[in-house]
Amino acid sequence: MQLETIKELEAKATEIRRSIIKMTGAAGSGHPGGSLSAADIVATLYFHQLKLDPAKPDWADRDRFILSKGHAAPVLYGALAERGFFPKEELLSLRKMGSRLQGHPDRNLLPGVEMSTGSLGQGFSASIGVALAGKLDKKDYGVYVLLGDGECQEGIVWEAAMAAAHYKLDNLTCFLDWNGLQIDGPTAEVMSPEPLNEKWRAFGWHVLEIDGHDIGAILAALEASKAVKDRPVMIIAKTVKGKGVSFMENQVGWHGKAPDAEQVRQALVELG
Amino acid sequence: MIATRDAYGKALAELGKNNPKVVVLDADLAGSTKTINFKKLFPERFFNMGIAEQNLMGTAAGLASSGKVTFASTFAIFAVGRAFEQIRNSIAYPKMNVKIAATHAGLTVGEDGASHQAIEDIALMRSIPEMVVIVPADGVETEQAVKAAADYHGPVYLRLGRARVPVIYDNNYQFKIGRAHLLREGKDVGLIATGLMVAVALEAAELLQREGIAAAVLNVSTIKPLDQEAILDLARKTGALVTAEEHTVLGGLGSAVAETVGESFPVPVMRVGVEDVFGESGSPKELLEAYGLTKENLVQKAKEALWLKAQS
Repeated sequence: MQLETIKELEAKATEIRRSIIKMTGAAGSGHPGGSLSAADIVATLYFHQLKLDPAKPDWADRDRFILSKGHAAPVLYGALAERGFFPKEELLSLRKMGSRLQGHPDRNLLPGVEMSTGSLGQGFSASIGVALAGKLDKKDYGVYVLLGDGECQEGIVWEAAMAAAHYKLDNLTCFLDWNGLQIDGPTAEVMSPEPLNEKWRAFGWHVLEIDGHDIGAILAALEASKAVKDRPVMIIAKTVKGKGVSFMENQVGWHGKAPDAEQVRQALVELG
Repeated sequence: MIATRDAYGKALAELGKNNPKVVVLDADLAGSTKTINFKKLFPERFFNMGIAEQNLMGTAAGLASSGKVTFASTFAIFAVGRAFEQIRNSIAYPKMNVKIAATHAGLTVGEDGASHQAIEDIALMRSIPEMVVIVPADGVETEQAVKAAADYHGPVYLRLGRARVPVIYDNNYQFKIGRAHLLREGKDVGLIATGLMVAVALEAAELLQREGIAAAVLNVSTIKPLDQEAILDLARKTGALVTAEEHTVLGGLGSAVAETVGESFPVPVMRVGVEDVFGESGSPKELLEAYGLTKENLVQKAKEALWLKAQS
């Protein structure tokens, strides 16, 4: 499925945002802030970029998307349901006993989940193996990753960054969801990961910087990344945590808190 | 005499010839872990991840998710210690087909000292759901265990050693994951050993024989899943058990045996292992003697177990 117009992709992003609100509201817990910040990137990937077949989730030639910031599971679940991997009604089972929608993604439970993630940095590390396997098998699938900015504080991220450049993994494209907030406060105050651009370049990556809510810019960055050879690509996407819901935007408190019924209603009105 | 790491290197190279899906990762220790044998034959399927064990395990998980039979090697202390959570969350929880073949386990790392002597790895690995834990006793069993691990789909921890150890088995032996092997019959006391302590247990049984004590020797090379039937059978037949492992007495084979008999057929269980202390520099032989991993200590513990049996 390839939606070409920015308007159509924006509509998908909104639909995913609505799902994020509904499912975290129903769950009574979860991580809406960092899910909303990534919704435009994830919508563009699932409805423009990724070669996928929901009827054959393990199709060998599919593109791979790995949500390394696994706590943003609601944005992944929203996209997968929207793309037809499982019924949308199931979204409301998020975080409930017996649900396939675990608090953090489980690849053995839910079709379309490439990697069980949640412990930060580990999905990114696994993506190195997936990209290496693609090279080894001479497959032309792409490996896409969503990484958090706070996540860049994990040492394994830089071990993996080094390996990706060392093995010239130009089949690996990573989005860095630079929303600037983590549980204890602004990333710049907790443990500054900056300068991000220079760090990734120094580790041998081709770095692009975009507005992570500008779908035209996301499309352009994905297009530009195709021309990069022998190097992995890092797209640093400046985003707003809680994007799209006024009372959640840039509020650190919405990292890991669910909206109540009234807040769900208000958020859905705002999202339209 | 052959080190189990040497047998691993040989088996891995053989495996590479027969199975194109096999890939091998190492963390700058290929010469020591012997994955270099595989690297020489199949350089395109060998990935050196540098001195970065967390990413070694994460990358192994990614390769496994793409259909590869993935072997990840480094020293046991770094594999299990440093990358424990990667093993738990990226390999075991998603049931990835990764074989963590860790060498230089136990005190017999030798001169490098306590920082490099993993004596907690069996306990850590067997506490993780889905993980198969194998500790081969010699080179023959190692080669078979490597093949069996490759044929089994799922996470496996294979514990290997640096030091050369006696060869116990001939090529008629058939290793099977989850099956313990009774090497010697005996009605008085059961010696249950794993890894290089199996050879020591056989020597201890000889010493006991001279004193008129008939000791059975059971090689428990699969710590998990544990062959509970074989252990309970030995408990019923002998009524007194001694365990022996090159590992802390906390959480390893001794604990597994005690848990098993405690819940089904309680008999005295004496444990030979490292007594909750760190190791130190020394030759493997010196270390085994200094920390009580000897046939003499097994004999002593066997007598204590017999004394306890007589009290009951």
